[in-house]
Amino acid sequence: MEERPFSDISYEQYLKEEKLMGSRCRKCGALFVPPRSICIKCFGSEMEWVEMKGEGQLHAFTCITVAPPFMMAQGYDRKHPYCSGVVELEGGVKVDARIDGVDATKPEDIKIGMPVKVKFLHWGEGENRETYLAFEPA
Amino acid sequence: MQKKRKLGRGVAVVGAGMSKFGMFRDKDSKDLFAEAFGEMLTSVDKGFDPNDIEALYLGNFSNDFFMHQSHWGPIISDLIGLAPKPATRTEGACASSALALREGVFAIASGFYDIVLVGGVEEMSKRSTEEVAEGLALATVPYEGRVGFTFPGVFGALATAYFAKYGASREHLMNVTIKSHSNAPLNPKAQFPYSIEDMMTMKIEGAKKKGKPVPHWDDEKAFLRDPSANPVVAWPMHLYDCCPISDGAACMLLVGEELARNFTDNPLYVVGIGQGSGKGLHAAADLTTMEATKNAADEAYGMSGLKPEDIQFSEVHDCFSIAELIHIEDLGFFKPGQGYKAVEEGLTRRDGPMPINTSGGLKCKGHPVGATGIGQLFEVWKQLRGEAGERQVPKKDLRIGAAHNLGGTGGTCTFTIFERR
Repeated sequence: MEERPFSDISYEQYLKEEKLMGSRCRKCGALFVPPRSICIKCFGSEMEWVEMKGEGQLHAFTCITVAPPFMMAQGYDRKHPYCSGVVELEGGVKVDARIDGVDATKPEDIKIGMPVKVKFLHWGEGENRETYLAFEPA
Repeated sequence: MQKKRKLGRGVAVVGAGMSKFGMFRDKDSKDLFAEAFGEMLTSVDKGFDPNDIEALYLGNFSNDFFMHQSHWGPIISDLIGLAPKPATRTEGACASSALALREGVFAIASGFYDIVLVGGVEEMSKRSTEEVAEGLALATVPYEGRVGFTFPGVFGALATAYFAKYGASREHLMNVTIKSHSNAPLNPKAQFPYSIEDMMTMKIEGAKKKGKPVPHWDDEKAFLRDPSANPVVAWPMHLYDCCPISDGAACMLLVGEELARNFTDNPLYVVGIGQGSGKGLHAAADLTTMEATKNAADEAYGMSGLKPEDIQFSEVHDCFSIAELIHIEDLGFFKPGQGYKAVEEGLTRRDGPMPINTSGGLKCKGHPVGATGIGQLFEVWKQLRGEAGERQVPKKDLRIGAAHNLGGTGGTCTFTIFERR
């Protein structure tokens, strides 16, 4: 796999390419998503990229009605809430993500432990195109 | 294992002041700090010359964002006549002024200074709710803000994890809210000095005055369950789970321990100061506990030689109702998973065995973020000196009180223990 720096910038670039990538320490095998350049288990700095399958379980979530401006620009507000959550992936690592394909007006129906699969939400065009990591019910 | 920690020199608190907290159209950060400073001056029992203050440590999270003005150390230093003496700003999100206190303590403990002013200030209410949410979200972990997490959203997610692990529910969060609101009417500086029953009466009276349909609720929980009275912000966080947007300031005068009796016969001693850092939601092994709080508690207990059961009352950072439950467990006051039961049983009431947030907490007292850490310790100061008036903890021989302050989504936590000897 090509050598990109193990950074948040690379993580975001990969998301734009619809890949959920983490880094693994070549010395001790610890896995990090998003990637870390320094292993916080053994302080090794030799990393390799790992592509995650993108399957996991919903670990925690919230349905947000009072949205920050950048989410309001995407059409979310008090009447149109959205769901954000923490998803546990293979290998026990967790990521923060948008949770799509659920009804954020009915949070009682969203269940912790629910199986989810990765999805990439794109917003905007051209240079302004942003990609957000998301998951939806599997 | 706790490591034994100690200061090179003991530090005492000999004065404290706090502005009223609230949303003030006609007061700015300088006015609020002047109010806190004025009260601090009158609180020093034997009086002192403000010219003797050698340095200022000032907590401020983000007046840069809220007021488009940065660099508050010298602004406040000039306000109170300290310039050209050194002024240092500390930033740890909502724990900014607890960090100021810690730096002040270290400066005296090192022997470099004898008399130091520590304080905090924040001015938030001149922005819309959405803008404040955006400003506070600057202190989330980058991956959280990126996928839409707001502050209430992060704590909402913690609540879902806590519910799933321990079988608690929204009803248990309501107990925290009702308890905090029961203390608030007794605090004249609180932003919302009202019980939930007071709020219900005000809504009913308001509806009558406007000729609108008069609402009815059977009890406080019925009110809190009603989405028109208590709308959702970031499920399961509703309006009454969230602290308000506030302006305010607070400060304290610290001196070397051996000098304390020159200022007052009733000083408090800083016997424990702990701090910790957290990694954010995605990297936390367990979302029902905060590593940063546990590290802060370990440091403070290790320094003081005290145990959780020695703490007679505590202010605990209840930016959101769920935070109070998680922290009373992390600080060792209750076992993991027992916090919500303790609140339900009334153990954390003002007249209970472990009073929590006698000030009304951030929920009712207000949360001007950079002022909150020292604002919490102002309550500890009042309680330990027996000056808390109607909200005085009814325990005999009140000697040891503490305050837990949290910044960001758990990125910075502190735990500070004061003792009256």
